[in-house]
Amino acid sequence: MRIGVVTFPGSLDDTDAARAVRYAGAEPSRLWHADRDLHGVDAVILPGGFSYGDYLRCGAIARFSPVMAELIPAARAGLPVLGICNGFQILCEAHLLPGALTRNAGLRFIQANVRLTVSNVRTPWTKGFADGEVLTVPVKNGEGAFVADEPTLDELERAGRVVVRYADGAPNGSARDIAGICNAAGNVFGLMPHPEHAIDPLTGPSADGLGFFISVVNALASAGAGARA
Amino acid sequence: MSGEDTVEVAARTPDVPQPFKELGLTGDEYQKVRDILGRRPTAAELALYSVMWSEHCSYKSSKVHLRNLAPSAGQARYLLAGIGANAGVVDIGQGYAVTFKIESHNHPSFVEPHQGAATGIGGIVRDILAMGARPVAVMDALRFGPADAHDTARVLPGVVSGISFYGNCLGLPNIGGELAFDPSYAGNPLVNALCVGVMRHDDLKAAVATGAGNKVILFGSRTGPDGVGGASVLASATFGGAGQGSTAGDDGGRVAKRPSVQVGDPFMEKLLVECCLELYAADLVEGIQDLGAAGVACATTELAAGGDGGMLVYMDAIPLRDLSLTPAEILMSESQERMMAVVKPERVAAFMAICRRWDVEATVIGEVTGDGMLTMTWRGGTVVKIPPRTAADGPVYQRPFARPAGLDALQAAGPEKLARPAAGPALRDTLLRLLGSPGLADKRWVTQQYDSLVRGNTVLAMPEDGGLVRVAEETGLGIALATDGNGRYCALDPYLGTQLALAEAYRNVAMTGAVPVAVTNCLNFGSPEDPAVMWQLAEAVRGLAEGCKALGIPVTGGNVSLYNQTGATAIHPTPVIGVLGVHDDVRRRRGAGFAADGAEVVLLGTTRDEFGGSAWAEVAHQHLGGRPPAVDLDAERRLAALVIAAAAEGLLASAHDLSDGGLAIALAEACLRGGRGCAVVLPGDAFTALFSESAGRALVSVVRGREKEFAALRREHDVPATVLGITAGDTLTVEGTFQVPLPELESVWAGTLPAIFG
Repeated sequence: MRIGVVTFPGSLDDTDAARAVRYAGAEPSRLWHADRDLHGVDAVILPGGFSYGDYLRCGAIARFSPVMAELIPAARAGLPVLGICNGFQILCEAHLLPGALTRNAGLRFIQANVRLTVSNVRTPWTKGFADGEVLTVPVKNGEGAFVADEPTLDELERAGRVVVRYADGAPNGSARDIAGICNAAGNVFGLMPHPEHAIDPLTGPSADGLGFFISVVNALASAGAGARA
Repeated sequence: MSGEDTVEVAARTPDVPQPFKELGLTGDEYQKVRDILGRRPTAAELALYSVMWSEHCSYKSSKVHLRNLAPSAGQARYLLAGIGANAGVVDIGQGYAVTFKIESHNHPSFVEPHQGAATGIGGIVRDILAMGARPVAVMDALRFGPADAHDTARVLPGVVSGISFYGNCLGLPNIGGELAFDPSYAGNPLVNALCVGVMRHDDLKAAVATGAGNKVILFGSRTGPDGVGGASVLASATFGGAGQGSTAGDDGGRVAKRPSVQVGDPFMEKLLVECCLELYAADLVEGIQDLGAAGVACATTELAAGGDGGMLVYMDAIPLRDLSLTPAEILMSESQERMMAVVKPERVAAFMAICRRWDVEATVIGEVTGDGMLTMTWRGGTVVKIPPRTAADGPVYQRPFARPAGLDALQAAGPEKLARPAAGPALRDTLLRLLGSPGLADKRWVTQQYDSLVRGNTVLAMPEDGGLVRVAEETGLGIALATDGNGRYCALDPYLGTQLALAEAYRNVAMTGAVPVAVTNCLNFGSPEDPAVMWQLAEAVRGLAEGCKALGIPVTGGNVSLYNQTGATAIHPTPVIGVLGVHDDVRRRRGAGFAADGAEVVLLGTTRDEFGGSAWAEVAHQHLGGRPPAVDLDAERRLAALVIAAAAEGLLASAHDLSDGGLAIALAEACLRGGRGCAVVLPGDAFTALFSESAGRALVSVVRGREKEFAALRREHDVPATVLGITAGDTLTVEGTFQVPLPELESVWAGTLPAIFG
């Protein structure tokens, strides 16, 4: 089984995402923004960073990359996709997820360890967690305040598409303390916190974040992914 | 127009008046250029010499002293490249080498704090990249005027946002540094940035242009009008004194010098980093040089001077952002995110292909020649034709130096007569006052704006004593870094003050469990034209040289920043010392915080009654006088060896160095970081025990059940120790004296900077 990690110009946490995949027992496969090809991977991670310098608007340029032309239809067809931080912003810009990420409430970049409550354990990325499980994961962003109109927020809540929520209040002004959401099918998941930085207590606040990567590996295994490879 | 000022024109018109003074050259220096060339320089040549001979680029005032830092054979045993290269390179074993350097960006950060600090990060990162290494972490040592001063509210948030903007977007973890406040930095903040990079031994690159016929390629951002004269006019001159500006803090120089500050694009720098590393991996580069101060002038001159031939540059080929630039301006521009490489002709196509892959513009702008001259053409004429070494080497000044007139009186006015708290409540108040003072308070307001996690190898970062980064995932090999400086100590005695900074950085690295192996330095001083400042510089360098010899570790490089002075008032002499350590297994790291209940708390080292230049004298009495604490580098070596050995054997639950604010602050910090209290009994006079700043001390807690082994080990290392008590509960308790609940400590410590900076 292979999980693709896309590198855009300005991606920064791509190495970390690939390491997390490796720690979860799968093979990371590096995908290049200019490639119109997903190389047959079984899932894709859009990592954190500042794609294209985040010029114009976070994720606004990356979403027009050649690789996204392949990824968008594949995601709509059910390919598991995880967007972390800048990856979440790209997913919103690509309209694979609703809403947008705007400037932090304090107008400053913030790195902090936050507690997240998992509130949807049906997605391929969260199946391994218990409902309501609390994780300690770092957040680090300048534009991480999730916003959407009220009907959209209501619909996200009603459909259980709020996947993770800040347990102690959003550090960045996110609406309804939302830290991450998924699409209606549940295969596309974006979050601002960085689970790839919480895979080993040596280099992060916990190993709680590893659960997202193990979940998808197990979900893919039980779906028989990789068997064709 | 200067566009037509060719070598031929210059030879024909010797008497044309030239603006050498405006460009920062003295009359003597200008005459020397004329003597070297045998004619007047062209406008472009004058520009080139003016920036290359600036204090910032030539080290003309400090060079005679810096020679003392050359390491002896014993110190240099781990060194692959030393002073003179862009940065020193240290062998850390397992085939890995590390290069690190600290550099100032003080003047630009005062004029335009955000971009000044941002481009300081950018510049030091390119220095490390030019050695062939992948940059893996940055640190910043920051010094400002009083935290509540009007202008600090402009400078500090701007500097921090600049470092945050540039470093975060570049994807380099910020793993530590310093934040200090003192009135002496009010008009001259110090912004020193350190970068460390890792490479395999074989990857070491040289900044030389060799092999006639090889192509010179300029790549990265286009050249624009930003930063023209930054090295000469801005960084090598004092700011105007009061009277030039309209109001205090609104310095007269600021508006006029604003165009001299560069503008950074960290996205381009990230592309440049990845592009260079791919070029190195494909072995396409013969020589490489970053473009920093003095831009194309410096890069071409140094590459040519370092090589065996000469260089021909077609200036018309240089891609410009502003087509109206003159050759002189193109040479002086400090546009950021540019590199220059020397490439064999048959490899140019492969070089260009990798640049295209990373969307990095690359242009052949010249070639290596065999004539020993640096020649530049522009619109059909020759605008530069000079022997490159004459520009690269620059003048050397033996500037007069003299012990400052007021120093005897300053040293005589010691802290002995200051009123000292004695009773428990007064000691408690003193602790809380110190803990809440801006220099000792929680730095999270600053550090939470930095990404310390990116790349996934950060094992320890601020607020720990030193940063610790994993290099090899398989073996746990890692590197530790700390920077320290204390301008107050150095004002009292620059020789001792520098050794104290060195000792503290050395100690901080050892606290992580790493073995200190190399030193970098950033020497921040006032005007070298003041004999008192030159004396401070000479003493500091002598202290550093002798200190490093005593510790057996080499200085591998550094930077000198002079003219940190507004009018006649210089900053405190402030050498900032960075120490690099090697950790053979980062999985055994220990933090500063009390990590477990019931652990024995032990104070290592000897406490004397030493308060000259102390945090207590400053905070409680606004006093600076007397002598700084004594230095015993042999004791420092023993202490470091003990902590490293004890950490390796798993005897320590925590280790924290003692510095500003003494034991009292160290205890409070260990409690706060571990979220765990302690109960201690103080030996001797409580005030001295709590607040003295004697050097060579550390606070450790011992793993339960290993106390006897630790006691035996510390006797073996001949380190004095006092068992103070145990970790427990949720108060900091000094038996018979006072106790403070942790929440109270936390609120005092954490509240200060947010209250000031919002």
